[in-house]
Amino acid sequence: MASSIRVRAIAKGETTEVQTLIQHPMDSGFIKNDKGEFIPAHFITELTFEHNGRPVFIADWGTAVSKDPYVKFAFKGGAKGDDLKVSWIDNKGGTDSATFKIQ
Amino acid sequence: MTTSIGRFPVTRRLVLRGAGFVTLAGFGITSFAPAALAAANDKYPEDAFRQKDGKEAIRLLYGRTAEPSDQIKLDAPEIAENGAVVPISVSTSLPNVTSVAFVVPANPNVLAAYYKIPEGTMPDIANRLKMAKTSSVIALVESGGKLFSAAKEVKVTIGGCGG
Repeated sequence: MASSIRVRAIAKGETTEVQTLIQHPMDSGFIKNDKGEFIPAHFITELTFEHNGRPVFIADWGTAVSKDPYVKFAFKGGAKGDDLKVSWIDNKGGTDSATFKIQ
Repeated sequence: MTTSIGRFPVTRRLVLRGAGFVTLAGFGITSFAPAALAAANDKYPEDAFRQKDGKEAIRLLYGRTAEPSDQIKLDAPEIAENGAVVPISVSTSLPNVTSVAFVVPANPNVLAAYYKIPEGTMPDIANRLKMAKTSSVIALVESGGKLFSAAKEVKVTIGGCGG
């Protein structure tokens, strides 16, 4: 199965800009299905980015983050070819992780 | 690359969550992180994310109130046609930023996202949030131990909570 995580990390001078898209339903628990039943909440709670083993960005998310979440940030110190590890956990204990090369 | 519980990546935060959670989920911990890095890896603020009241969520998250700052640049559309996907970004010239949070007071759970910013990471974040209806969006920036905020009204024509 393909990874749920897509990352584009580009080093420009001192900084590395990271754009991330994750495939996840991010169900808030407030929406009903066709039968009028609430769809149980199912959302990513924690998303972590590590550059060469050091955490550079940690996102704690609630139910209000959009489906298939997008997030962008930038950090100093990354270089082309470095590893950027991305991992997430959701409220049901699901998880995914992938490592990307900084471009 | 598969989504599975069995191949859980070991993170520091998992370690900090304690053995109870680890046992419950059946994960194996194979390495421990230096304690010095632990500060950036606080526990998931579950209580704050369940709050229905903006002020209370901010109090639970930070233990203080925010003062408005004109050094925070909050970008959000004036009118969001689709409340399910509202692009919102924040950047700030405030120094020593350690965290950024987004609060949408009209949402059922007011706290939307909380970003921890270790040293060396820029306080410049873009994300996409759901908005149930027309509301202000509040960006909170923790800088040098103080809490600052900026707000912007976003008009939502179709709510993002199934309405």
